[in-house]
Amino acid sequence: MTQSENRTMMQAVVYTEAFFFLCLIMSYIYLAYSTGFEPHDLSRLDIGTSGINTALLILSSFTLHLAERGYGRGNTRALKAWLIITLILGAIFLIGQGREYVKLIQDKITLESSVFGASFFTLTGFHGLHVFIGLVILSIMLTLAFLGDFNRPVATATAPADTAPTATAPADTAPAAQPAGSESPGPSASAGWQTDSASPAQPGGGALGTVAIYWHFVDIVWIVVFTVVYVLPQFTNI
Amino acid sequence: MGTTIKIPEPASPFPGLGVENAQGLLQWISAVDHKIIGIMYLVTSVVFIVLGGVLALLMRIQLAVPMNHFLHPEAFNQFFTMHGTTMIFFVAMPAIFGYAVYFIPLMIGANEMAFPRLNAFGFWMTLFGGLLLYFSFVAGGAPDAGWFNYAPLNEKNYSFNHGIDYFSMGLLVSGIGSVVTSVNIIVTVLHYRIRGMALNKLPLFVWMIFVNSFLLLAAFPALNAALAMLLLDRELNAHFFNTANGGSALLWQHLFWIFGHPEVYIVILPAFGIFSEVFQVFSRKAIFGYAFVAASSVAIALLSFGVWAHHMFAVGFSNTVNSFFGASSMLIAIPTGVKIFNWIATMWGGKIHFTVSMLFAISFLIEFTIGGLTGVAFAMYPIDWQLTDTYYVVAHFHYVFIGGVVTGLLAGLFYWFPKITGKHLDEKAGRWFFWLFVIGFNGTFLIQHVLGMIGMPRRVYTYPNLPWYEVLNFISTVFSFVMGLSILLLVFIMRKAMRHGAPAGPDPWNAYTLEWATRTSPPPLKNFDDLPAVTGRRAWWDMKQSATTGTSQQASADAPQQPPTNPQPPTNPQPPTDPHPPTDPHPQNKNNDTI
Repeated sequence: MTQSENRTMMQAVVYTEAFFFLCLIMSYIYLAYSTGFEPHDLSRLDIGTSGINTALLILSSFTLHLAERGYGRGNTRALKAWLIITLILGAIFLIGQGREYVKLIQDKITLESSVFGASFFTLTGFHGLHVFIGLVILSIMLTLAFLGDFNRPVATATAPADTAPTATAPADTAPAAQPAGSESPGPSASAGWQTDSASPAQPGGGALGTVAIYWHFVDIVWIVVFTVVYVLPQFTNI
Repeated sequence: MGTTIKIPEPASPFPGLGVENAQGLLQWISAVDHKIIGIMYLVTSVVFIVLGGVLALLMRIQLAVPMNHFLHPEAFNQFFTMHGTTMIFFVAMPAIFGYAVYFIPLMIGANEMAFPRLNAFGFWMTLFGGLLLYFSFVAGGAPDAGWFNYAPLNEKNYSFNHGIDYFSMGLLVSGIGSVVTSVNIIVTVLHYRIRGMALNKLPLFVWMIFVNSFLLLAAFPALNAALAMLLLDRELNAHFFNTANGGSALLWQHLFWIFGHPEVYIVILPAFGIFSEVFQVFSRKAIFGYAFVAASSVAIALLSFGVWAHHMFAVGFSNTVNSFFGASSMLIAIPTGVKIFNWIATMWGGKIHFTVSMLFAISFLIEFTIGGLTGVAFAMYPIDWQLTDTYYVVAHFHYVFIGGVVTGLLAGLFYWFPKITGKHLDEKAGRWFFWLFVIGFNGTFLIQHVLGMIGMPRRVYTYPNLPWYEVLNFISTVFSFVMGLSILLLVFIMRKAMRHGAPAGPDPWNAYTLEWATRTSPPPLKNFDDLPAVTGRRAWWDMKQSATTGTSQQASADAPQQPPTNPQPPTNPQPPTDPHPPTDPHPQNKNNDTI
């Protein structure tokens, strides 16, 4: 399994998830114009606190990017440190969301109480679920980092097979047909003609880059959700 | 560690299920090989088509005469709901994925899907989704709100048994399976193609499935979001679709049809792909207008997201909205028409072999055009207002689903069965099946256009004896049993072929694409040992040509009927490790009988 296949896979997942959130957001907007949507429910939302949370979540995208850059330079200490900070930022966001939920439920705004409650909790809840899944994956990344899976091999010439799986994929797991050996010796035996066999083998198989696609996507979704749920009502009179 | 369970690795692409092999079933369950998973998808589809077909026949018995009391009204509602849901989600979708995961790696010269375990996961999710849906029959009643399950009928206060819950859970589970399989297909097509096979040289079947996967990934989230909201409504008393409590019943219709209309194309595009292969091979000509066939599928995929409200003309939108969606729906006829003309032009001047597969393809051209024309009629919303929810609608979508999708799947079955099993389906019995099926299908549904126009509503469990109602319904019921009989005959033909069918060589049709380039039929567990780089759009044909003449004749239109004597250009260095060695040393001799 090479890095670029994983990335393509995650890009396809993000593509389908984007449509999922698009449907939830459009449903929220659609219901906001329905009769059961009571504008005074919106005033219970605390744009200040959630704004800070939003900023922290956006910040976590940057810290994850810094973790990736540290990893790209072979600096595993920077990788671990930035990963931990990313995890903490994500956790703060989730805790903030949980506190907001508790406050709303104390104000008798629940899934059952109104259309606003139903669509608000569904939209932000599904996003929170995605943040939670992201945190689980990032924790796995962090554990792997501490176990040394992302360490650069000392001697770059002879990378051991377990730290650089992309470089030394065993022939029997090669997914695609081998090129006709005698006639056309080609380098791209393992994954078709167009894979990035020229890209340097990264320890960890590029898993971090794949996870980062997901995490950035979750952040971008939140920016849209925040804009629609918290910011736009300040300027409209629904 | 405690006891270890030895998980058997399948030794062949078609492991036996006999009692002599105690691990037979376990080999299937543990398999991650794309060919075994493809077969399991297809078997799932056959099982569910029998279930869904029995439900349909029971409904036709009930409707055979006016004021019939054969079925209870509640049972009738459950049966038409389950019939529709089964046929779309657990017959058409698994069959499409079965062909897709079996043949895409073979057609692009790969040995496996990109994520084999994800592939197995996708299949088992699909199967368990279907089982979850059918479990509703023993858990207090099947869903009874129709396959599109409109709000507020799907809400707790109108459907208080658990049928709708099982409907939602079953479709969510199988939907996850469909989504991951589509992701898997996209990665496989993008990364696992053999050298030389650029995207504009992909076999058209792969092209269609590839486009289709993007369509599916965009459409299914709408269904999943709607089902999640419905479950919240039913289980946690939310009010998304409950108009009485401030929700919106129309929201369900919007979300469902934003999924539902693309879903119609999700099941027809792969059939188009199958036909594109069948027309080429049995006309002995390369496809006419490859680029147009490929690009028009992209156009269909994009347009399909702008037409959903034509299912909702009756809810009372403004004329502007109705006109927009009417016009966009008519636009769909253009790329579809382009394809129809491409296939006709492919046959034009070709050396047509009237195999059963080709017969189905030709019948498709006629039947699908009828279904397409009634569809264009519906795009004119005054006509839709008159005919909505009548048997005219039933006739229309059965012409596109059976005349298009099922006919495509059957053409694919007769085309690929020799590759999947290594045995030929009996062509003579196949012709009987073809004519029974076509006569039964057209006899059942052609007159339903008339029934609809004289005003018979769909989804009623019985009807008064109005003029013509009885005789037309009775004719429809008689022919539906002809179609049911033909499906029985098909199962019999397949069984007979598996036991003692004529052995098919690796390339019985002298075909064009790489799935026929494997050493044996069925292909060995490792599909290919080596293949030269691809130069043209008919990869395997080019290889055969260059093996005989030494030069590549990729554009030769009047191809010789007989393949070269030894069509394996690359000599395989390894001896076959497959326990099923090629059964027929002279596969080409079969051509005279079968083509």
